[in-house]
Amino acid sequence: MSETHAQTVGFTRNDMLPPLPPPVTERGAIKWLRENLFSTPLNIALTLFGIAVIYLLLQSALPWWLNSVWNAESLSQCREIVAANAGPDASGACWAMIRERWHQFLFGFYPPEEWWRPVLAFGLLFAALAPVLYSGQKRSLTILLCGVLAYLVLTLYLAGASGVVFALALLLVLGMLGLAQVQPGKLLWFTLLYPALTFWLLWGGSIWSPIVAMAGFAVLYGVFRLASPLIGLAPAAGAGVVAAVLWWLYIDVPVVEMLQSALPFSIPAIASDQFGGFLLAIVIGVTGISFSLPIGILLALGRQSDMLIVKWLSVGFIEFIRGVPLITLLFTASLLLQYFLPPGTNFDIILRVIILVTLFAAAYLAEVIRGGLAALPSGQYEAADALGLDYWRAQRLIILPQALKISIPAIVSTFIGLFKDTTLVAFVGLMDPLKGVTQIVRADIDWKGIYWEPYIFVGAIFFLICFGMSRYSMYLERKLKTDHR
Amino acid sequence: MADAAKMQISDEVAIQITGMNKWYGQFHVLRDINMTVQRGERIVICGPSGSGKSTLIRCINRLEEHQQGQIIVDGTELTNDLKNIDKVRSEVGMVFQHFNLFPHLTILENLTLAPIWVRKVPKREAEETAMYFLQKVKIPEQAHKYPGQLSGGQQQRVAIARSLCMKPRIMLFDEPTSALDPEMIKEVLDTMIQLAQEGMTMICVTHEMGFAQAVANRVIFMDQGQIVEQNEPKEFFSNPKSDRTKLFLSQILGH
Ligand SMILES: Nc1ncnc2c1ncn2[C@@H]1O[C@H](COP(=O)(O)OP(=O)(O)OP(=O)(O)O)[C@@H](O)[C@H]1O
Ligand SMILES: [Mg+2]
Repeated sequence: MSETHAQTVGFTRNDMLPPLPPPVTERGAIKWLRENLFSTPLNIALTLFGIAVIYLLLQSALPWWLNSVWNAESLSQCREIVAANAGPDASGACWAMIRERWHQFLFGFYPPEEWWRPVLAFGLLFAALAPVLYSGQKRSLTILLCGVLAYLVLTLYLAGASGVVFALALLLVLGMLGLAQVQPGKLLWFTLLYPALTFWLLWGGSIWSPIVAMAGFAVLYGVFRLASPLIGLAPAAGAGVVAAVLWWLYIDVPVVEMLQSALPFSIPAIASDQFGGFLLAIVIGVTGISFSLPIGILLALGRQSDMLIVKWLSVGFIEFIRGVPLITLLFTASLLLQYFLPPGTNFDIILRVIILVTLFAAAYLAEVIRGGLAALPSGQYEAADALGLDYWRAQRLIILPQALKISIPAIVSTFIGLFKDTTLVAFVGLMDPLKGVTQIVRADIDWKGIYWEPYIFVGAIFFLICFGMSRYSMYLERKLKTDHR
Repeated sequence: MADAAKMQISDEVAIQITGMNKWYGQFHVLRDINMTVQRGERIVICGPSGSGKSTLIRCINRLEEHQQGQIIVDGTELTNDLKNIDKVRSEVGMVFQHFNLFPHLTILENLTLAPIWVRKVPKREAEETAMYFLQKVKIPEQAHKYPGQLSGGQQQRVAIARSLCMKPRIMLFDEPTSALDPEMIKEVLDTMIQLAQEGMTMICVTHEMGFAQAVANRVIFMDQGQIVEQNEPKEFFSNPKSDRTKLFLSQILGH
C-alpha cells in the first residue's frame, strides 16, 4: 500500500477481512462425514459394515501388537513376559527375535567385520543412481548426495569401518557433491564404474579382477571402433562382443594373477554362499533391473525388425521365457549353463540367478515396451525418416523416449515384480530374506515356533522399497509430462 | 498473379520421375507416372481423395517405395541403397498434414535435432539457425514451449521451420492446411507463399485453389493413380481439358 494512497483514501479498507468460518454443519469433519460416509442409505449401511470389519480386525490383532516384547532371549521367554503382563491367555508379538537376528535378515552369513562393505556399496548405489534418476537437476542431485553422505557417516560408523575406508568414502561422495555443482553430467562416469566397484566390494579379492574385467568393455569398444569403418556397424559390434568374451574367458584370469603378484592389493574374499537376506535380494534385484531394461528394449526393437532372423529370434526368446515359470528356469538353467561353458569353469550361483532373472524380466519388459512403441503414431517415424535420421538415431532420439515414457507405469510394475521374485531364489538353495532366512531363524531352538514376526518384518521392508519405486515412477511421469492437452 | 511471373525457374532439373509404378499388394496406386520438376518450380497437385497424391509425393523422399520406373532427386537415384536415401532425405523437406512435431521436445529442440545429428552442425549454430527460421515463421517467442502448448497453425509453422532448418533444396507439402481451422489456414499459407517467393522448389498437395492461383506455376490433376492433366494455373482453372478435371473443379469450386 503506497503512502499517498493510504492518506488520500483513508476510508477505504486497506486489508481484506478474512472469510468467516462456515456454519457448523458445513464445516470440516462433519461436512466431510455427511457428504462421504452418510449421504445415502446404502452408504450408511456400507459405512457401518466397514466399521464393524475394522473393529473385528482390531479386536483380534491389536492386543498382539500392544503386547509386543522387545527384550527376550527366546520365544518361550517372550511368552512368559506376555503372560506375566497381560494374563495367561493373551497373545503378543515377539520382536525380540528381530532384535537378535536382524543382521541375518539384512546380510545373511556375511561376516560381521566386513559388514561395512555391503553398507558402503548400498550407499554408493544411490550416488550412482543419482545422475540417472535426476538427470541435470542440480537441486535433487545435491539433496540425494547429501542424504548418501549422512547415511554413510552413520552406517559406516555403526559397522565399524576403518578410518581409511571412512575417509575414502566421504572424500568420494564429497567429490561427487562438488562435481554435481559444476558439471552434473560428468557424474555418469561414476555410474559406469559403480558395478565393478561394487562387485569388488561385495565379493572381495584382488582389486585387479574388477579392473581387468572392466577392461573387457574397453576391448569391446576398441574393436568396435577399429572395425566399424571396415565392416560396418552391426558386424563390428558382433566382433567387439566376441573379442570381449574371449578376453573374459581366456585372458582375464592370467592377467589378474600377474598384476596381483606384481602389485598385490586385496580385501578378504567372501563366497557367494555367505550372501543372504536383503543383501542378496538387492544385489539380484538391482543388477536384474539395470540390465533387463536395455535387453528388453533391444528385444522389443528386434521383434519389430524387418530382418527376419532378428525378428524370429526375438519372438522365440520372448515367447519361450514368458511361457515358462521362473522357477523352472532357475532349476534347469543351472544345468544348461554348465553345459555351454568350458568344462571346469564353476559358474557362480548368484551370477547364474542374476542372468536368469534378468532375461526373465527382459522378456516381459520387451512386451511392455512393444506396447509403448505401438502406441506411437506412425507420423513420428515418418517425420524422423523425412528429416534424414537413421534407424538408431530415430529410435534413440524420437521413438524410444516417447515409447518408454508411455510405458513407465508398466515398466516399473515389472521392476517391482522382479524385485519380489528375487525371493524365489530360495528354491535353488540361496538364502533369500523371506523363506531362506526365516527358515534358519526358526531352525534355532530359541525361536522355534515363531511365525508372524519374520514375515511382517520382511514384508515391511519389501513394501518400503517397492513403494519407493512406485512413488518415483509417479514423479517421473509428472516430470516428463509435456503434452499439455 | 504478378508474383508468380517474377519467380525464377531455372533449367536445372530438380526431380525427374520416369515410368514410375507402385502397387499396394494387388492394388495399383500409381500408374506410369512421368514428371519433371525444374529447380524453382512451385507445383500444386490436386485430385479426388484416394487418387494417390500423398503416395506420389511420399515416393519422392522414399517414405514409400516404388516398384517400377525411376525417381531421380537432385541427381541421386532412389534405390534400395540406404546412403542415397539418406542423402535425398536430407535435401528434401517434408511437411505433413498432422504436423508430426516431436511432442517430447521443445520447439527449439524440434528444430535443432536433425541439424545437430544429421548435419553435425554445432549446437550453438543450430540454435541460431533455428531462431532465424522461427522469426521467419513469426513465432520466435514460442521457442521454449512444447508442441502441445501451441495452436494448430503455430504447430504447422514450426513444422515448416523444422524442415527449413535442414536447408533443403526441395520442399514437399502434403495437405498442410487441411487439419487446420479456417482462421489458421491463412497464417500457414502466408508462410508458404513467402517461401515460394524466395525461390524454393515446392510440391504441394493441397485443395487451396487460391494458393494455387497465387503462387503455383503448374497445377497437376491426378485421378485413380494417374496424372490426368497439368497446366499453368490460369489455363487449368479457366480451361480444363478432361471431363474428370471439369467434374473435380466443379465440385471443389462449386460450393
Ligand atoms: N499402406 C497402404 N496400404 C494399402 N493401400 C493404401 C496404403 N496407403 C494408401 N493406400 C491406398 O492407396 C490409395 C491412394 O492413397 P493416397 O493416400 O495416396 O491418396 P490421396 O490422393 O492422398 O488421398 P487423400 O486426398 O484422401 O489424402 C488409396 O486408395 C488408399 O486407400
Ligand atoms: Mg493424402
